[in-house]
Amino acid sequence: MTALGNLSMATPPDPAAESTVAPPVIELVGVTKRYSNGEMSVEALAGVDLRVGEGEFVAVTGPSGSGKSTLMHIVGCLDLPTEGTVMLSGDDVSHLDEKHLAEVRNRRIGFVFQQFNLLAYLSAWRNVELPLLYAGAEPVERRELALAALRGVGLDDRAEHRPGELSGGQQQRVAIARALVGEPALILADEPTGNLDSSSTAEVLSLLRSLHERGRTIVLITHEADVAEQAERVIRIEDGRIVADDPTESAGPRDDGTGS
Amino acid sequence: MTWRDTLRSALDAVRSHRLRSVLTMLGITIGIVAVTLSVGIGQGARAEVNDQIAELGTNVLVVSPGSDTDDSGVRGGSGSASTLTLGDAEALADPVAAPDVDSVAPTASTNGVLTAGEATWTTSLVGTTPSWLDVRSRAMVSGSFIDDDDLADAAAVVVLGSDTATELFGSTTAATGESVSYDGRTLKVVGVLAEVSSSEDTTNNDLAIVPSTTYSQRLVGGDTRDAVSAIYVKATSEETVSAAYQESDSLVANLHGISGDEEADYSIATQESILAAATSVDDTLTVMLAGIAVISLLVGGIGVMNIMLVSVTERIREIGLRKALGATPSLVRRQFLLEASLLGLAGGALGVGIGLVLSGGMQAVLGTRVVVSPLAVSVSLLTGVVVAVAFGVHPATRAARLTPIDALRSQ
Ligand SMILES: Nc1ncnc2c1ncn2[C@@H]1O[C@H](COP(=O)(O)OP(=O)(O)O)[C@@H](O)[C@H]1O
Ligand SMILES: [Mg+2]
Repeated sequence: MTALGNLSMATPPDPAAESTVAPPVIELVGVTKRYSNGEMSVEALAGVDLRVGEGEFVAVTGPSGSGKSTLMHIVGCLDLPTEGTVMLSGDDVSHLDEKHLAEVRNRRIGFVFQQFNLLAYLSAWRNVELPLLYAGAEPVERRELALAALRGVGLDDRAEHRPGELSGGQQQRVAIARALVGEPALILADEPTGNLDSSSTAEVLSLLRSLHERGRTIVLITHEADVAEQAERVIRIEDGRIVADDPTESAGPRDDGTGS
Repeated sequence: MTWRDTLRSALDAVRSHRLRSVLTMLGITIGIVAVTLSVGIGQGARAEVNDQIAELGTNVLVVSPGSDTDDSGVRGGSGSASTLTLGDAEALADPVAAPDVDSVAPTASTNGVLTAGEATWTTSLVGTTPSWLDVRSRAMVSGSFIDDDDLADAAAVVVLGSDTATELFGSTTAATGESVSYDGRTLKVVGVLAEVSSSEDTTNNDLAIVPSTTYSQRLVGGDTRDAVSAIYVKATSEETVSAAYQESDSLVANLHGISGDEEADYSIATQESILAAATSVDDTLTVMLAGIAVISLLVGGIGVMNIMLVSVTERIREIGLRKALGATPSLVRRQFLLEASLLGLAGGALGVGIGLVLSGGMQAVLGTRVVVSPLAVSVSLLTGVVVAVAFGVHPATRAARLTPIDALRSQ
């Protein structure tokens, strides 16, 4: 598979210098998104500039209706901005057609949704293999990679189970395995703990943290402050604008952890 | 994504929505039942006609009195003299004047009552020549056919059809050697014709044949003694049928003093012309049935479209998810079209199955001949798929055009 072949990202020697060495995984310049139905026009995003470097774990917070999901849709190539430029690992994706957008989503992005969005009629591993199916991988390879991804989230013993036979936390872990299976440059999670009880929430968050520790770039959307605290950097959105962009307390301890 | 993967996805989706899949199939199934039956009945009727033509004998022409344009087609009835005579038949049998004619059998016939002891039976009394047996490609089950001596002597002999023999003597074998009487005259039964099995036309098996001389001189007589109701002409081979037609036509025209574009007082039917007339009748039937099939397939197709539109709406989140994971619009369209064609194939197969059962029933209960050929089965299955796919295009296109966020957002 050549999923990452054309991205040509050199691993930066020092995470702090990432912007000068390699293009950021996400770069938004003056991104605006307006929804207009009839006379009503809603500006969901009002000029957003944002850079997220490789290996970062960023939380996006803000009140309901502030534009968090819209931001994820545009970063995730599920929608196009009304104005502005979206660059993923240095490639401008703001003007691609649906066919090429589908390819970018397939190769570069892993999605985790609040609703899990697993197909009820497919077993866990068949759900996990879906991105590989659209990437054109061979059946044998698909099954191996899907099972490996399930092992990574601790669910290899549930591979043949249907989503209905799994708990909410387990379903979300299957969804995370699906997001990981194609080795995307970026994991986008929109309120992944929104439908989970506190113990499943803790499970999913620790899974995301461990992914981050293994070098994944993660954008976690949440309106809950304690969930956002798990990230290294918290971006706050209000009325479609970024109003704060700060490192969290966990940013320090995490660096100590990897350094030891 | 390969076709096999798409097929598997489509199969999974069809199987996971069983009730909806069955409902979708139903309309197609009904339409295909109609297609199977209409093709089957059409082919059955055609087979019937082919059998009738085969019963006529191979490479045979029939010269009949009356012109082509005479719409009644019946001549020589009460009192009116037939325009064809034994003399015409003799001329046609001349190997010099008509080299492509192999043999000729003039026939005259009338309805008559035969008596054998207590039994009486009304049948068709036919006066003809010994060549009739060969010309009509018939065989004997018992005894022998009338011969040249019988013809020369105007002998009082008769050959019975198998049904006639059974009615008068109880069996086909008991008749030979016995005698029957017609109009006070006693005729010796010299043989019984073998049955023509597939025939619907009872006159093939219910008739009494006497030498044409006996017929005109001793039994029927009157001032139309030389008149015949038909002359069967057998060509020497399949290749010479049209030459035999030309020779017969000019010979009879000559004898009747008809020249140029004067209207002929006779007509010559070929197997092809009989076939054309017969098929024009069952073409009407086939067109009617095909009409029913088209209407039910249209309704079935609209059903497919309707239920697939519901399916697209119901599975809008699935479509959104598949797109988020990298499904291109054309892959989404392809999956829905494949789902439609699977439903069409399954519905078509079910329809063919029901059609086969029904055609068996029609044959048993109504006696209608229904032929369901492998060709008809494949045409029906293909029709099912084509209809389902044609009506699946709109829903599939709609699914393909959904934007991923609209599809994901809907709940
Ligand atoms: N498809 C849409 N059509 C119209 N308005 C929309 C649409 N999607 C989102 N919005 C509006 O854009 C704003 C931001 O929505 P969203 O990004 O979903 O916020 P959040 O995820 O932060 O709750 C809200 O006011 C919402 O009503
Ligand atoms: Mg949201």
